[in-house]
Amino acid sequence: MKPKRYQAVIEVLLRPGVFDPQGQAVTAALHALGHDAVEDVRVGKLVRVMVSAENAEAARALAEQMCRELLANPVLENYQVRVEEAGVAH
Amino acid sequence: MKAAVVVFPGSNCEHDSVHAWQQATGGCARLVWHEEETLGDADAVILPGGFAHGDYLRAGALCRFSRVMQAVRRAADDGLPVLGICNGFQILCEAGLLPGALGRNRGLRFVCQSVQVRTETSATAWTGDLAKGEVLTLPIAHGEGCFWLPPEEHRALVRRGGVVFRYTTTDGGEGGNPNGSLDGIAGVCNPAGNVVGLMPHPERAAEALLGGIDGGRILRSALRWVEQRVVLHG
Repeated sequence: MKPKRYQAVIEVLLRPGVFDPQGQAVTAALHALGHDAVEDVRVGKLVRVMVSAENAEAARALAEQMCRELLANPVLENYQVRVEEAGVAH
Repeated sequence: MKAAVVVFPGSNCEHDSVHAWQQATGGCARLVWHEEETLGDADAVILPGGFAHGDYLRAGALCRFSRVMQAVRRAADDGLPVLGICNGFQILCEAGLLPGALGRNRGLRFVCQSVQVRTETSATAWTGDLAKGEVLTLPIAHGEGCFWLPPEEHRALVRRGGVVFRYTTTDGGEGGNPNGSLDGIAGVCNPAGNVVGLMPHPERAAEALLGGIDGGRILRSALRWVEQRVVLHG
């Protein structure tokens, strides 16, 4: 089977319980703008990785391995992976 | 006594580290580019401060893949004194040579000031010349120095005596934490005690002309460790 191109969208956020000063500053700014409905903000990173893989599960497994090895620091951060098909690999 | 000072693209305290090492120990120091495979005949290793690899992704995260880190890991395994200063501390944590991680300062600001730290153990390669409880004055300059560990790992670190320095007040009391670090932790060591990382800059406090010599005593401590190691292992 021909490998397909997948787009793995990886969200990295500070683990619950880890203080997020950026999120707190943004919360304060949103409150200052009048967004009283805002309860909490966490600021993280979004990493988009284009990979070729046999199927979506294989692409996800690759992306999760990359998260464990580099993209997230397990001491401070959690990650979530979303995989979408992105066309045929060249 | 020879030190290797590792230079990554974006390091910026390497020359201060070389100068301070020479001043404090009377030994010599050599810069080692991050693509080199060995540290030569170094007796001690310093990972200096700066913004290695541009702090991309996370401070220190990309250094693990620099070729020189395999040699640093071997030096750490062989019991050589390894010191990570500021960004060097972040690099050692990211490489798994020290426990924990350094997040953004609690107050969000980059902090650049003198601080007091309390020596929590003399049983490391870099604190052998200091007494437990001794208060040192050292400069800090960082935006991401907030030390953090999950609760169980923090307890384990404290139990094994892995906390080397805590931020403190001038009289050694509680307080003086400039960045929100867990338990006021300013520096930690590996279980063997030869690898130490700290956020303050000992190399910027190694001669009286520059306002203090406490940092020089940290650097000089490595001499004793190396001599004892030679006696033990021949």
